[in-house]
Amino acid sequence: MKSNPWTAARIWTLIGYAAASAALFAAPLYLSDFRLNLLAKFLAFAIVALGLDLIWGYTGILSLGHGVFFGLGGYAMAMYLKLEASGGRMPDFMEWSGLTALPAFWKPFESLGFAFAAGILIPGLLALFLGYVTFRNRIRGVYFTILTQALVIIATTLLIGQQAYTGGTNGVTGYSKIAGYSISNPDTKQMLYWITAAFLIVAFIVCRFLVASRFGKVLRAIRDGENRVRFIGYNPALYQMTAFAISGALAGLAGMLFILHVGIISPSMLGIVPSIEMVLWVAIGGRGTMIGAVLGAVLMNWGKSEISAQYPDAWLFVMGALFVVVVVFLPNGVAGLFSRLTSIKRRVTGHDQEAVRNPAV
Amino acid sequence: MTVYITQLFNGLSVSSILLLIALGLAITFGLMNVINMAHGELIMIGAYATYVTQNIFKSALPDSMFSTYFILAIPVSFAVAFVVGLLLETTLIRHLYGRPLDSLLATWGVGLALQQLARSIFGAPNVGVTSPTWLDGGLTVMEGVVLPYKRLFIIGLVAVCLVAMYLYIYRSHAGRNMRAVMQNRDMAACLGISTRRVDATTFAIGSGIAGIAGCALTLMGPIGPSLGTYYIVDAFMVVVLGGVGKLVGTLFGAFGIGMTNTLFEYWTTASLGKVLVFICIVAFLQWRPKGFIAMRTRSLD
Repeated sequence: MKSNPWTAARIWTLIGYAAASAALFAAPLYLSDFRLNLLAKFLAFAIVALGLDLIWGYTGILSLGHGVFFGLGGYAMAMYLKLEASGGRMPDFMEWSGLTALPAFWKPFESLGFAFAAGILIPGLLALFLGYVTFRNRIRGVYFTILTQALVIIATTLLIGQQAYTGGTNGVTGYSKIAGYSISNPDTKQMLYWITAAFLIVAFIVCRFLVASRFGKVLRAIRDGENRVRFIGYNPALYQMTAFAISGALAGLAGMLFILHVGIISPSMLGIVPSIEMVLWVAIGGRGTMIGAVLGAVLMNWGKSEISAQYPDAWLFVMGALFVVVVVFLPNGVAGLFSRLTSIKRRVTGHDQEAVRNPAV
Repeated sequence: MTVYITQLFNGLSVSSILLLIALGLAITFGLMNVINMAHGELIMIGAYATYVTQNIFKSALPDSMFSTYFILAIPVSFAVAFVVGLLLETTLIRHLYGRPLDSLLATWGVGLALQQLARSIFGAPNVGVTSPTWLDGGLTVMEGVVLPYKRLFIIGLVAVCLVAMYLYIYRSHAGRNMRAVMQNRDMAACLGISTRRVDATTFAIGSGIAGIAGCALTLMGPIGPSLGTYYIVDAFMVVVLGGVGKLVGTLFGAFGIGMTNTLFEYWTTASLGKVLVFICIVAFLQWRPKGFIAMRTRSLD
């Protein structure tokens, strides 16, 4: 028997989402330009958080390498913007490093379409490849996590080391135009904000659709008991690879949108600390719920910009404490706290539906 | 020829430091399935313990005694890191058994806080530790090949630690308990071993060794609050490559990574060398997904 999809709770949730989207799109009306720029940055981060939640919250694979995927997207867009700004000449940092001609792999990035496709496909394919060489051999859990962290290290050393091609430690900066519009113009900025918000909403809907589908059910099954899934006849590696690739592609998309608002990409933005900070957003917001990941990313970054503006030294203490508190006391984040409150309410009213804990035992 | 000998010696030196760092990690990971990301900060604590010992010697004792400080600094840094490790285990890690990924995140948070703490106490810039005078100079093996005494001392120190660990794990009562818990926790508990105490001691010993590693690192250059982060990921790669459960696996992992890293960096550039090592590790894992030494077990998951 098919259950009625239009229950009251569901309708209220949809209304809530619609209101939130409307508030997002109306943000230029009530936020200053500076705040709007910050919010746009946070919305780009929220897209990474969605991807991370898909792979961590739903599939149970912790990646500390999303900074790399984020950075690859960012660099793809930065290459386009840099070429656009240089107006047919070579980017300045290449001249300083003594290159005489534009490297061949930079050429196609003169087109915005190519850069955009590359910013999604390159991180996605890299994630797919990494997933292929690990999940197929059942390298998982902590082993996989450490490998992703090593990926971050080699990506940053490579970017810094190949200064002539990547701009080294300084990264790629100094953009002026995107598709003919001046990037510092407030109107363009507003447009870019709307584009970011639209991408976030689309990514959110796609992720919600994915986790609600049969595919998403298998992902959760893998998280809770990978071997059981294998014994039923699924190939977990295939699902893990797909989820990881989608997650990497989302991070790439976020990286592209991010640098449009920030105006610079450098290796320090995809290092170990930024990568693990991304995980913290998801952990705080609540792994295993998409809205938790989005809220976690936005609120954490808002908190970070407030705290580090007033007490620059305190932020690392706060972040360290948050890691400990969330992991020990709030394994399911803030969103988990809410659902625990509702389940207590339900228990009080006699509708106890406690889920099976630790099904593998 | 002389260049190769120097490079091999450098590789040996890097490997021995990696080995010292990875030893503690491999044991805690194998025993408790806990990933201690704050291990790097325990190294940092050991290094600062050496720094403080040096300062005390400098201000309180006559100059002629100064060079002996290093002998005292080794047990001091072990003890300080041991106590911090014990504290960490009893307050935090105890609650995270069976959740390796969560333990990774929580200890990372602890590591961040410890780094910031060191920054507030000792200041953000790196501080130098004056090496004892008896470690200056080097051993001339042949024309053009000078092996610095400092690096030789570190290799010797690592060898001593390794032998001590071997004796502890395989020849002592406490070590036997530890291996029993590692192999079958429930059965060991049934036989009357206090698994809690074994966990705590092992974790503290692993931390103490990290402290010694920090002490050794002061010989290599200035130290700073983020000293540990340079080494921690490589040390974890050693664990991944070597597998857990046996000392020989860690030995293999450390020398594999240390040697290939040095050689590749010599043949290509520092950045390309790291990439090649990573590719080699991934390729090796295609062949042996569980690392060089895999614990044979009949349990699933």
